[in-house]
Amino acid sequence: MSAPVTTAPSAPASAARATAVRRRRTRSLLRGTAITVVALVFALPLVWMVAAAFKTNVQVTDPSVGLWFRPTLDNFRAVIEAGQIVRSMGNSLLVGVISTLLSAVIAVPAAWAVGRFGMHRTGSIVLVARIVPAISLLVPWYYLFAQMGLVGSYTVLVLSHMFVSVPLILWIMIGFFAGLPVELEEAARTDGLSAFGAFWRISLPLAAPGTATASLLAFVFSWNNFMFALVFADESTQTVPVTLFNFISYASTDWGGLMAATTLITVPVVLAAVIGQKYLVAGLTSGASKG
Amino acid sequence: MPTTEAAPAARTVADPAGDIPAGARRRRTFEQSNRRLKWAMLAPALLFVGLMIVFPLVFTADLSLTDAFGAVNAGKEHIGLRNFADALGDSRRFWPAVERTVVFTVGAVILETVLGLALAMLMRKPFRGMRWVRTVLIIPLLTTPVAIGILWLLILDPTNGIANHLLTGIGLPPQEFLGSVSQSLPTLMLIDVWQWTPMMTLLLLAGLTTLPEEPEEAALMDGASAWQRFRYVIMPMLGPTLATALVLRAVDALKTFDILYATKGPGGGSDFEVETLNVYAYGLTFDYQEYGLAAAVLVLFTLFIVGVVVLLRRRGGRKNA
Repeated sequence: MSAPVTTAPSAPASAARATAVRRRRTRSLLRGTAITVVALVFALPLVWMVAAAFKTNVQVTDPSVGLWFRPTLDNFRAVIEAGQIVRSMGNSLLVGVISTLLSAVIAVPAAWAVGRFGMHRTGSIVLVARIVPAISLLVPWYYLFAQMGLVGSYTVLVLSHMFVSVPLILWIMIGFFAGLPVELEEAARTDGLSAFGAFWRISLPLAAPGTATASLLAFVFSWNNFMFALVFADESTQTVPVTLFNFISYASTDWGGLMAATTLITVPVVLAAVIGQKYLVAGLTSGASKG
Repeated sequence: MPTTEAAPAARTVADPAGDIPAGARRRRTFEQSNRRLKWAMLAPALLFVGLMIVFPLVFTADLSLTDAFGAVNAGKEHIGLRNFADALGDSRRFWPAVERTVVFTVGAVILETVLGLALAMLMRKPFRGMRWVRTVLIIPLLTTPVAIGILWLLILDPTNGIANHLLTGIGLPPQEFLGSVSQSLPTLMLIDVWQWTPMMTLLLLAGLTTLPEEPEEAALMDGASAWQRFRYVIMPMLGPTLATALVLRAVDALKTFDILYATKGPGGGSDFEVETLNVYAYGLTFDYQEYGLAAAVLVLFTLFIVGVVVLLRRRGGRKNA
């Protein structure tokens, strides 16, 4: 914390210092209030969603009910018994885990190579992948996969989610590896480890926090992905965003059920945010100061 | 191993211009032995990116020159640039979609930048509960966009939503929000601002923490006001971060799809009121099977995004590689 002496060097004027202290106190009070308001603006809509999930349908559509009511679990019971959301969460979990693992396996070594050997021209391909609209990949892949009869399979979903997660993990990990001291690896090399050994035994373990962050983000983005699943999933491989979307179209009056479903699929994300806050912020902002 | 000590030392000394014979030679062999490895490490990812991302782009470019339509295994013929002529001559769907894409992106990103910067300055110095406020800020970023769309549909419901309840509570007229043609796009922009301002804040906070403290302290000594310190000391130093954040956010905003499609459905509503280029291209492909025309729209869209990135990078001034 940098707290330079803000008061002017006029030492004898203790009255002036008193006003300065008072001013600083008002300022920090104002700042605290502003921060609280900001936090509420971002938190309240989500609180409202969770609250609605515990309301009866009469209460949901009556805005005067507010946040003080007798909660019911009926919405959750109904949504879970209907089954689709549970199946979809299973599908999302499966697709998310497999696509993230495969992406990490191919992207982490590549990021090491780019970060270690300064192959930034090659690395800038990643930027291309981030700029291109996903739908321009979707059209040709749909065109081809449809001819091959693969649309609706888990394979296609996993591959399409890797469009996003491979560049994402590369992006985060290039910066991470570049930040590790190269001397450690070189010392290991002179002690007889092969170059691969130096990566495997030295850099990879050191990069574990970065890999965890990148993988967590990749999983979250896969969990959230709507467009790919909308195109490539069929009824049995449907993932959660598509299920939610279908809820709007077919059951738009069942607000309680809809909110229970959105709450169910948001809970894992919120848990991740609370537990991994520090790492997630680092992952989300990586690349901003390095370009 | 006679030279255990030399290698690490050589690495730190041997800079591009250095001609320390032994160190340089050793460094070269180190890199030579690694050349094969680095390509081996890179190959799977390059192969994936090439096969799954570069190839489809080429395919899309080719598709845009054909009359592909209907069943995916129906034949297609190259028809030159006719799809592009059709798209560019279409003032009913294409140009309005371009306009909406621009309006949505410019409006949302400007608001997000201003608010994000304000929040970053507000949260810059440590305060109690910082951890929790940061957690609250990342939740909108990580929440499924479709879920966010649904959540706002509930809040903004014209008859039963809490938003109109609050508005009428303070004596303002109730609004139609997503239920009206004219208010849909502005409403979705505000939802985007709610969801993505935290991203700007976090990016700028990350940039702010890397700034040196001395210039600001010097300005303080010279009696600069808070605004002067912000405007003339912090802003110039924050420039590169701001430029990068702007590029990242603008690219994502241009490509917004989930929340538009989730709240307004195919075609961006009955009057195409939120149909951006992304939504339009999606509809052409998957609702109308106009693959050729859709590919042409996508090529134009991609060029447009690349143009914006180049423009922003150039205007952002300093290269921040």
